[in-house]
Amino acid sequence: MNLTLKIWRQANADATGSIETYPIENVSPDMSFLEMMDVLNEELIGKGIDPVAFDHDCREGICGMCSMYINGEAHGPDRLVTTCQLHMRKFKDGDTITIEPFRANAFPVVKDLAVDRSAFDRIQHAGGFVSVNTSGNTQDANAIPIDKHDADKAFDAATCIGCGACVASCKNASAMLFVSAKVSQYALLPQGKVEATDRVLNMVKQMDEEGFGNCTNTGACEVECPKGISLENIARMNREYLSASLKG
Amino acid sequence: MATLDSKIPKGPMADKWTNHKSHINLVSPANKRLIDVIVVGTGLAGASASATLAELGYNVKTFCFQDSPRRAHSIAAQGGINAAKNYQGDGDSTYRLFYDTIKGGDYRSREANVHRLAEVSTNIIDQCVAQGVPFARDYGGLLDNRSFGGVLVSRTFYAKGQTGQQLLLGAYSAMNRQIGRGKIKMYNRHEMMDIVLVDGKARGIITRNLVNGQIERHGAHAVVIASGGYGNVFFLSTNAMGSNVSAGWKIHKKGAHFANPCFTQIHPTCIPVSGDHQSKLTLMSESLRNDGRIWVPKNIEDVNAIREGKLKPTEIAEENRDYYLERRYPAFGNLVPRDVASRAAKERCDAGYGVNKTGEAVYLDFASAIMRYGKEQAHVKGLNENDAVLVKKLGQDVVRAKYGNLFQMYEKIVDQNPYETPMMIYPAVHYTMGGVWVDYNLMTSIPGCYAIGEANFSDHGANRLGASALMQGLADGYFVLPYTIGDYLASDIRTGAIDTNTPEFEAAEKAVKDQIDAFVNNNGKNSVDSYHRKLGKIMWNKCGMSRNAEGLKEAIAEIKALREDFYKNVNVPGKANEFNEQLAKAGRVADFLELGELFAKDELERTESCGGHFREESQTPEGEALRDDENFTFVSAWEYKGEPSEAVLVKEDLNYEEIEVKTRSYK
Repeated sequence: MNLTLKIWRQANADATGSIETYPIENVSPDMSFLEMMDVLNEELIGKGIDPVAFDHDCREGICGMCSMYINGEAHGPDRLVTTCQLHMRKFKDGDTITIEPFRANAFPVVKDLAVDRSAFDRIQHAGGFVSVNTSGNTQDANAIPIDKHDADKAFDAATCIGCGACVASCKNASAMLFVSAKVSQYALLPQGKVEATDRVLNMVKQMDEEGFGNCTNTGACEVECPKGISLENIARMNREYLSASLKG
Repeated sequence: MATLDSKIPKGPMADKWTNHKSHINLVSPANKRLIDVIVVGTGLAGASASATLAELGYNVKTFCFQDSPRRAHSIAAQGGINAAKNYQGDGDSTYRLFYDTIKGGDYRSREANVHRLAEVSTNIIDQCVAQGVPFARDYGGLLDNRSFGGVLVSRTFYAKGQTGQQLLLGAYSAMNRQIGRGKIKMYNRHEMMDIVLVDGKARGIITRNLVNGQIERHGAHAVVIASGGYGNVFFLSTNAMGSNVSAGWKIHKKGAHFANPCFTQIHPTCIPVSGDHQSKLTLMSESLRNDGRIWVPKNIEDVNAIREGKLKPTEIAEENRDYYLERRYPAFGNLVPRDVASRAAKERCDAGYGVNKTGEAVYLDFASAIMRYGKEQAHVKGLNENDAVLVKKLGQDVVRAKYGNLFQMYEKIVDQNPYETPMMIYPAVHYTMGGVWVDYNLMTSIPGCYAIGEANFSDHGANRLGASALMQGLADGYFVLPYTIGDYLASDIRTGAIDTNTPEFEAAEKAVKDQIDAFVNNNGKNSVDSYHRKLGKIMWNKCGMSRNAEGLKEAIAEIKALREDFYKNVNVPGKANEFNEQLAKAGRVADFLELGELFAKDELERTESCGGHFREESQTPEGEALRDDENFTFVSAWEYKGEPSEAVLVKEDLNYEEIEVKTRSYK
């Protein structure tokens, strides 16, 4: 396949960015999107042009580091995949592909397509944990049976990879899906219930301080989430938040 | 000749760890506040160690090259974590886990370390559950288990196909609690460039800020390396793109012995290579071998028809399939250890029975598991067990619940539906059992410098069993290092803060800056990646799944030549003081180009076969690995002397007190 790539280039956080156009030839449909980017970068290096910076690491859809906004969608046109698992067979010969970074005030650009998502870390510092020491001197793991349905729901929420596609997809750049997934995981498990009140208040406070927008229930985040995190989590967090606020 | 003291405590095997913990020096809570510890890497080992050290009261500085500690490659581990809980009542015990791990490692690991690992394994599960890690549960609400290769019990705990992510998020959450309290200072997007020794002791590191290129000095009373394995020396592996050997290699060059570098795990079930553009390989969890059966066609005509697209695997009759693992290893069948399964796949493919275009793939088939589960479900639900369509659907639902995300991943990559047609798989580099040499306290041969998790060498011998990497990472980080490190730091309570304005830090920083400047000013013509790919080819062809003396000698010469060419002709675009992925990669590839040579030398010197190390010159008439216990029951610890292949071999003899050394058989 021969393609035309329109890519956001920005030297650093303070620089002004712009879209640059690069043709690319002989793309194999079996390549992943990032392997196509590797080929482009090898060509750019050969021509003395600065290669395109982008975040990536595991390339198997689990580390959450890759973060491209492709043709107007976080992680591109396929569903339930990250950019690294998107394959070129989803495109056609002659296509023009526009590639931008995940955009949000809370995710400043580092360079080109790489953004700073440390706001997600800070939200977790505020309460994304169970306060148990790692001494190993806890009760036996099977001492508290947990309803399989709750355990499965907690797991589903915990599959969030923290990529930020939800924020990038949201017209308000809201982080509600991400935060609610974490809140839900703990709210559904007995281990997390003890601190549930403080956790939800602290994490939501930090989320607001980071400059993420509000949720207006459009559901774009759920559609673009590579792990299929459900909007149900947002509803659960709202309930948790309301009851925590009333207690507080 | 120099010797290494492994510091294994005296006394009966089962009491060593308990006695050791009771007798080592402690640092008082008031003094812990005065002591700084650096941790490099935030996978299971690094994250868990950082959290526990901070909880104990030390001031921790933790570094990772990713944009968040949660992204370290432990996150990609799929299948599970072992623990001798014996929840299934199938005869498991600490001893049995200890025994299986020693045998699985082909009698090349250190008994005392492995016994400790088995002892603390049960604490890990308790700890993780207390942290809210959502392990799989049964309908009674209790924890579920499954089987992994090389064992005859079900001791593997799991969270669908993403146990690694859930465990890492657990350790990350424990870190977050300490970051929030100010006890851990976290440095994301920072790469360790070198270690700094003062009076022979580890006293800090030099880092590069990957966002702006700034070179920084960080002092501490001890340095913990938790930087993972070096499988990427093969270019193609299941490791993350950024996984590298640099932290381990830098400390090796400053005096830490590097042990058993050639002990590499080639994982049998990975998605085959699709073309020259391939940047990495994707694992399909070993847990799939619980239910998947591995086969190739019996008849070469069928193989050819498949390659030409004239025949589908589902059209081949049962009697014309060769379930070669079940045929060769009836006792363990499809659940033989990884090294055995990988070699068996290579044997069939080398004989011409590979089932894809390149002839490097075998089938992993779920059809019989789908029917078996479907019948069971039909029976439970009181439906017609003879309705094949219904049974297949019910069976697919069960398989989807168990392995759904793995099947989805396979389909996205290969564009085939594994519920309908068998998966194609082939072995790929996955894990490195070798690593930095450590003593029983996990200290390297540099005082004050420790190595934990995959970065060290001690627990898996010549072959690691499935679901044991997660166990070792968390055991080292949560339950071993935080206590053993106190024994060393107890003598450091009067040292005071480490001053980084000293000639030692200055010299280390200068060397780092000089190398960076040399790279960006080199103006060569070949990209960094082109060298990495070439190195990977040499490693895979001559140092990979089977190895012989002639090939290894060639490999050493070729790697040396490639390294010289690299320094002359590599092209590193961009500047030193900016976000520059190519520059970061150049430093990592430079270290791989040295490690590769030592790797080949280690393979050459070890003329026996053991575990994942298969020397063609040393095999049984049936083609199984043939150990030479008389001459090779030792750890090869290499001391750096300049050129990697001039490294000096220091042997740590392995003494088996508890377990009788036998021929490893899974037949």
